[in-house]
Formats: sequence, structure tokens, C-alpha cells
Amino acid sequence: MTARGRVLLFGAGAVVVAVFFGLSCGELPRFGATAHPYGDRAVAASLAHRTANVVSSVNFDVRAFDTLGEESILFATVLGATLLLRLARDEQVRPAPAEGVLPTTRLLGIVLLPLALVVGVYIVAHGQLSPGGGFQGGVVLATALHLGYVAADYRVLERVRPLAVLDVADSAAAAAFTVMGLAGLAAGGAFLKNVLPLGTFNQITSGGTVPLFNAAVGIEVASGVIVLLAHFLEQAVEMSGPPEGGGSAEEEH
Amino acid sequence: MNGPLIGVALALVVLSATVAVLTREPVRQAVVLAVLGLSLSVLFAVLQAPDVALSQLAVGTALTPLLILLTVRKVSRRSLDDSDSGDGSGDDDPDAGGRT
Amino acid sequence: MGVLVYLAAGWMLLVALYGLVTSRNLVHAVGCLSVAQASTYVLLLAVGYRDGATAPVFSDLAPGSRPLVDPVVQALALTDVVVGATVTALLLALTIQLRKRYSTLDPQALTGLRG
Repeated sequence: MTARGRVLLFGAGAVVVAVFFGLSCGELPRFGATAHPYGDRAVAASLAHRTANVVSSVNFDVRAFDTLGEESILFATVLGATLLLRLARDEQVRPAPAEGVLPTTRLLGIVLLPLALVVGVYIVAHGQLSPGGGFQGGVVLATALHLGYVAADYRVLERVRPLAVLDVADSAAAAAFTVMGLAGLAAGGAFLKNVLPLGTFNQITSGGTVPLFNAAVGIEVASGVIVLLAHFLEQAVEMSGPPEGGGSAEEEH
Repeated sequence: MNGPLIGVALALVVLSATVAVLTREPVRQAVVLAVLGLSLSVLFAVLQAPDVALSQLAVGTALTPLLILLTVRKVSRRSLDDSDSGDGSGDDDPDAGGRT
Repeated sequence: MGVLVYLAAGWMLLVALYGLVTSRNLVHAVGCLSVAQASTYVLLLAVGYRDGATAPVFSDLAPGSRPLVDPVVQALALTDVVVGATVTALLLALTIQLRKRYSTLDPQALTGLRG
């Protein structure tokens, strides 16, 4: 099928989809409507479990099973990317060249890196009280570490980033989520049930198991994203294609 | 009060989404995707969803464009090595991305 | 304003699909997929919005004092954002492998199955 034929076929399909979508938009509740029955019940359930951030409560308490699926997807993606981006037989690793960095950039990195790490830990720890949580804080932690790559160079990043430890931390945190769910099953009668004491509303230890799930997901997301970026960086910065004379491939670590 | 604000944020999102699709070169598209991520976070914040806005900001503005730029560097670096090794027959990839 | 937000989400989806169909570079196609996923976030959050309401977080708000937007669609959109980023990462890793094996990134040249 020619490219033009493809575009025409797509155009026909798009017109049909657009017509039906437009008609069904008229049947949806008006934007800003006041009737949200599921939402009201979710807020009531969160307040009953004394969690101040209702979205965290929905993610880690009311619908924790969906979050188990989501962090499993994240874990599987990191695993898949590790497999796909491993050193091939005809590739070589050459060490990254040292790069010069402006003193102002270095100063920015030195000041921002610890600040960003602390903010990331804060966002993970206060997920059950204010907007934030495991996912957001985990990504902030992971990107904060790469300020080291921006402010210095690749070899500094390799030194502050112990990949083996992070791989283990990723798997351990992913397993911890399931283990805590099973503990809920053993103690309270349902998988992922909230079985710890609920605490005082709006304090950092409120919400029962929600802070623990937050911490597990935060560690998992942070280490997973760092490992993912590590493999991409390795491919882009260190690995080169097949050499002309058929040299041998060296193993990384 | 919130109506016009939502309208402006939504217009920004639709505009950056259209430009992102029409930008064919991957390196430039990565930058436009970062702008799209930023306008999406603004829209989510205006729609009273701070958790989603935080998540989208971290992921869509920093992570996705970074991964795209690293991929482009890797695929265009490879064609750079191919032509360096005396292949001489030229690059058969019509879109070798940007030489970063 | 009633249906405009939903139509904007529909427009984003169709534009992204057009980009996918006419793409000549796989990395560009992955970016278009990212835009298509963004349209679903907009639709989800638009469905959950309530006029004059505030965010569903009680850290500085007394429970029951103000109406809240729907928190369930926000949780769904949060999951969606993270999964979208991971799918993009995996697709880019696949693109790198494709480039190594077939020396081309043009989806219209990668049409046949090769053993």
C-alpha cells in the first residue's frame, strides 16, 4: 500500500472516529458537573482511614491492587530495558572521555544536588499528607542524582551510582510491596488491607500502611529510573559499534 | 475565575501537542515534548490535580525528552562510526537524526 | 466550555495518530505515541473536574468545608503517567536494537519480516 493510500485510509477512519466521538461528547456530563458519586465515597473512605491526601489513599489503600500492577509494570520495564540494552557480541566499550565543565555549572550542581535529594525524600515521606508520594518523589530523587552528570561528567556519575546496590534495592522494594500485602492478608483477612494503627489525622504517621507503601514505591521508582537511565547513558556515551578489524568485545563491570 | 485560566492552559496544551506531532526531527521534537509536559502540568494544576501535575512535571518534562535525546545520540553515533570505519557506501538511513 | 475540553482531548488523539501514520522515523513515532497518551490524561481529569472545587488534599483544609474534585480519576491519571513513561522507555530501547540490526529507522522501509 502506498504512503498516499495509507493517509487516505487513515483520513476516512479519523472522520468516522471524530463524528462518533463528537456525538458522544454531547452525552457526557457537562464539564464541571457537580455529581461525582464515586469521588464522594472515596473521600469518605479516606477520611475513615485518617489519610489527609485522598489521592494517596486511593492509590495505596482503597485501590492498592492497581498500584501493585503499576509498580510491577515499572519493574518489568526496567528488566526489559536491561535485557535489550546489554552489550552485544560485536560491540565494544570504550571509557567516556573526561569533559570540561564551566565553574558556574559545577557550583550549581554542588548546591542543587543535596537540596534536590532532600526535597525528593521529603516528597516521598509526606505523600500521605500533602501532594506527593512514592512515584513523584522517586522520579525527583532519580533526576536529582543526574545533576551530578550535568555538573561534572560521566565518570563522576558512575562513581556515585552503585548499580549493583540499586538493582537489589529495586527488586527488594518491589517484593516488599507484595510482602506487606500478604502481611495484610495474614493479619486482617484481605490482600493489601490496611492493618496498622491509623494514627492521628494530618500527622506524618497517619494512614496505617500508606506511609510504608509510599516508602517502598519511592525506593522502587528511584532505583528503577536510575538503572534505566544508566543503561541508556551507557549506550549513548560508552558503547561503540563493531570495529573494522573484528576486535573482541570487553565486558562492562 | 477559573474558566478563562483553564481555557488558556488547554489552548497551550493543544498547540504544543500539534507542534510536537508536526516536528519531524527527533531532537527538536524532544524539546517540544518538554514544553508539552510543562503545559500539561500547568493544566493539571489548574484542574485542581496537584499530584498528577507533580508526576507529569517530573516524568514528561525531564525523563521522556532525556530518553529521546539519548536514543538519538546512540542511533546517530552508530552511523557516525559506520562511516568512520571506511565503509564509504554512505548511510542508508534517511533520518539520521541530529549529530549531537 | 461544556464539551470543548473533551473535543480538545479528541483532537490531540487524532493528531497524534496522524503523526504515527505518516512518520518516517521511529523515534518521532514514539514521541507521537507520547502525545496520544497525553490526550487520555486530559480526558480523565476533565471528567473529574467540579466547578468551584479544590484539590482533594486535607493538609490545609478542614474536611467538609469546601467541595472537592474527583480523586479517583486523579489516581488513574497518576498511574497512567508513570506507565506511559515506562512504555516510552521500552519502545526506545527496542528502537536502538532495531537500528543495530537493520541499519534503518524508517518504519515504511521495515515492512517485511526477515528471518
